[in-house]
Amino acid sequence: MSKVLEVRDLVTKFYTFDGVVHALNHVGFDLDQGETLAIVGESGSGKIVTMLSLLHLLPVPPARIEAGQAIYYDDAEPIDLLEQSKSEISRIRGGKIGFIFQDALSALNPVMTVGRQISESLIEHTAMGADEAKARTIELLEHVGIPGARQRYRNYPHQFSGGMRQRVMIAVAIACNPKIVIADEPTTALDVTVQAQIVDLTKQLQDEMNMAVIWITHDLGVVAGIADRVLVMYAGCPVEIAAVDDLYEHPRHPYTMGLLGALPRVDRTETERLVSIEGAPPDLMEAPCHCQFVWRCPYAFDRCWQEIPPQTEVDQRHFATCFYDIEQGRPRQDG
Amino acid sequence: MMNQTANAQSTGLLVDEELDRGLWPKVVYVGRLLIRDKAGMLGLAMFLIVVVAAVFAKPIAPHDPLKQNLRVAKTPPAWTEKGNSDHLLGTDNFGRDLFSRIIYGSRVSLTVGFFGVLIAGSLGLIVGLVSGYLGGRVDNVIMGTVNMILALPYLVFVVFIAAILGRSLLNVILIFGFTDIPIFVRITRGEVLRMRESGFVESAHSIGAGKIRILFDHILPNLIGPLITIATFEMSAMIFYEAGLGFLGLSVPPSVPSWGNMLATGRKYLTIYPWIATFPGLAIVFTGLGMNLSGDWLRDVLDPRMRRVKR
Amino acid sequence: MQRYIMSRLIQSVMILMGVLLIVFFMLQLTGDPVSLMVSRNASPEQIEALREELGFNRPMIVQFVDFAAGALTGDFGMSLRHQQPALKLILGRLPATVELASSALFIAMLIGIPLGLLGGSNPRSIWDTLARGAGLIGQTIPNFWLALILIVVFAVNLGWFPSFGRETWSVFGLELPTRSVVLPAFALGVFTMGQLVRFTRSAVLEIKNEDFVRTAYSKGIADRRIYVKHILRNAAIPLISIIGVQFGYLLSGSIYIETIFSWPGLGNLLAEAIGNRDFALVQAIAFFTSLVVVALNLLTDIAYGLADPRIRYGD
Repeated sequence: MSKVLEVRDLVTKFYTFDGVVHALNHVGFDLDQGETLAIVGESGSGKIVTMLSLLHLLPVPPARIEAGQAIYYDDAEPIDLLEQSKSEISRIRGGKIGFIFQDALSALNPVMTVGRQISESLIEHTAMGADEAKARTIELLEHVGIPGARQRYRNYPHQFSGGMRQRVMIAVAIACNPKIVIADEPTTALDVTVQAQIVDLTKQLQDEMNMAVIWITHDLGVVAGIADRVLVMYAGCPVEIAAVDDLYEHPRHPYTMGLLGALPRVDRTETERLVSIEGAPPDLMEAPCHCQFVWRCPYAFDRCWQEIPPQTEVDQRHFATCFYDIEQGRPRQDG
Repeated sequence: MMNQTANAQSTGLLVDEELDRGLWPKVVYVGRLLIRDKAGMLGLAMFLIVVVAAVFAKPIAPHDPLKQNLRVAKTPPAWTEKGNSDHLLGTDNFGRDLFSRIIYGSRVSLTVGFFGVLIAGSLGLIVGLVSGYLGGRVDNVIMGTVNMILALPYLVFVVFIAAILGRSLLNVILIFGFTDIPIFVRITRGEVLRMRESGFVESAHSIGAGKIRILFDHILPNLIGPLITIATFEMSAMIFYEAGLGFLGLSVPPSVPSWGNMLATGRKYLTIYPWIATFPGLAIVFTGLGMNLSGDWLRDVLDPRMRRVKR
Repeated sequence: MQRYIMSRLIQSVMILMGVLLIVFFMLQLTGDPVSLMVSRNASPEQIEALREELGFNRPMIVQFVDFAAGALTGDFGMSLRHQQPALKLILGRLPATVELASSALFIAMLIGIPLGLLGGSNPRSIWDTLARGAGLIGQTIPNFWLALILIVVFAVNLGWFPSFGRETWSVFGLELPTRSVVLPAFALGVFTMGQLVRFTRSAVLEIKNEDFVRTAYSKGIADRRIYVKHILRNAAIPLISIIGVQFGYLLSGSIYIETIFSWPGLGNLLAEAIGNRDFALVQAIAFFTSLVVVALNLLTDIAYGLADPRIRYGD
């Protein structure tokens, strides 16, 4: 499988009136063609900021991308997304990398027809004329499962139900056959049955179009259903990356263990309290000079307070950002 | 470096925890905000100048504003040819010193503005609280009335009422005080509804807080911000409208020095002695500018701080 | 949409009923409306005679019903001073005020909207400063004072425009405006200009941060298209409301300007009526103006409903 995206050492900060927010601290991950990477973390862990950074979608006066590379492997030359100019990144947005946003009602223009919002993307990135784009849009709407697509072309976002609107959002994102689709919590606001439908639709489209999908969520159940690999984030740091089964069965970071322990499980018969991780996430206004999980970590020792741990390969394609070796039950010996 | 500063899990409806750390940090913080916003600083300074002029009118004004002296009537400002340094801004058609009259005029304007807003604000607050808190039919009736009043052409009715009631300072204060109630009702009610909708009131209620207690501990503090901001702008508007009424001869009696009255006089002599109308107008603009800049600054300071929700 | 229009229509009717009550009682609440209308040295017998003649000695309810019925059929009372039906006088003066208000609105829109757009889309630039300055000017300069200054500078000293009176240009029976409307329109429109700049600027600033604008950027759509089709199109809808409300404000708030410029409109008539203590006429003008403003608000709301697809095709 070939790589389609390689992110290394991404550092993003927000310079606000009240101080500097260290939103992302050396975030790195890989994405292969056609695979689904889930990004998991609490609110404020930096999941969406990472994605927005890649495509220069952050509001630039407060935000600043200070370091890192994001190599995108196109059919031609690999390019660093972070180095692209305005016009170059415009070409990539929508054309090569699509975005599905969380709340489709606020993420769609309320005074433009749904059809136009899709066809404008086609017109921008392909050589299609208006009529051709319209025809293609209707096809797309049908394909994502919207009945009566020809009439629905002329409808406005508020005229759709939540689930249908999310399908529209998906159609918007995949219109130009992008190589990567980034989905920001697309099912969080939907009820469970609709959630399942959207997940299935995404998988189907992914297979058909050989798209890589980055799925941002805080719901570990959804992750189990859709992901090939998982990136766990905490306080702007990439805490653990692994294949999904590997992560669930052999978590190597104390935070991941805590998350998994906190999951309510149907197969547990004893009545035990849900394990929760004590404490709260750190204030992102302080520049990190040591591990950010240290206040809540049951395994923390002195080194954890002195340096920032690097991403260490603990198994095949399994990385943990931690000084402690959970398998061995002691601090890591190397480096 | 055991720094356990967690992100405040505040509901966002109470004041930020930073500001809870005591009075001095608050003062410093406000000071920082002030210096950052030069316009706000300027506005507050201008407003302060007007207040000082009104309060210390007696020692500041060089002449008696009512004293007529026909010998020096219609003297232009001191820096012109025919002017004289005794009368900095010149005199009007009765020989009264303009500078002194303008200083004393600030008293009328500020009195009208302050008491007008006081009346409108306090009555509006009460009605708005009742309307928002009780809801139902009471709310419908009150808001129906409020919306109706707000739909009317303000100036026409103000002029109408002023003409009927006659010229006096009290009448003017009452007119503005009462006609501005709807705006305060709307603001207050809006805030109360917002708080009710956020589920906040319900949860406070469920832990046993009585309705009155919720009112005083939580709702009122959150109202202070928007109310003060609106009050500033309404005060400025009242000063304008008072001047307008004075211009038509419907405000305070002609003997009282008010900027509106001065404009009315000045208009008659506009083409020959333009300064009589120019300076009172400048005073109005100065005051209005000061209040608007202050109001803008207050709005920036009070609203987001008091209602910021940290997610 | 229909429900929306219906509800607005009903609201308007109720407001008008309320206005009738208010206007009627305003006069009655002074105690003795008749004594307000006569000269200071009228004798008690004269006052009594006038009271009977005008019907003020009838029970309140009867007076009100009479008044309301009259209002509905176009009888707004009689002007004492002019000895003519109030409505006739009002309608005669109306074209001048409409010309003035429309011109003021036109100038305000011409300056205010583009400036607000430029300011909102280029934060911290010279346009932004100009826009905020214009907004401030509109808010802080009283129109009656501005009128006086404009006269001194442009009419008296420069002689570019007349300082009083209304001249029109007769074309095919239409009375078109001439330069006599410029100074009054400027003075009257300055507040509206300020409101339009402020609103447009803040609308652009706010909408720029909306989620759907971010979505548009994420699709790689060209900047210009995002600006026009996404940002402006959303800002234009509430702008309709603002313009409608401002037009109502201009039509009803022209008393100072018309007085200063001797502009023969409704505002002038109102000032005159007050000076003559012709309260029947004042009452009529108050009701008529309210009627116009309420009707205008209703039309504005309908236009808004048509423009916003969420209302037009609402569920």
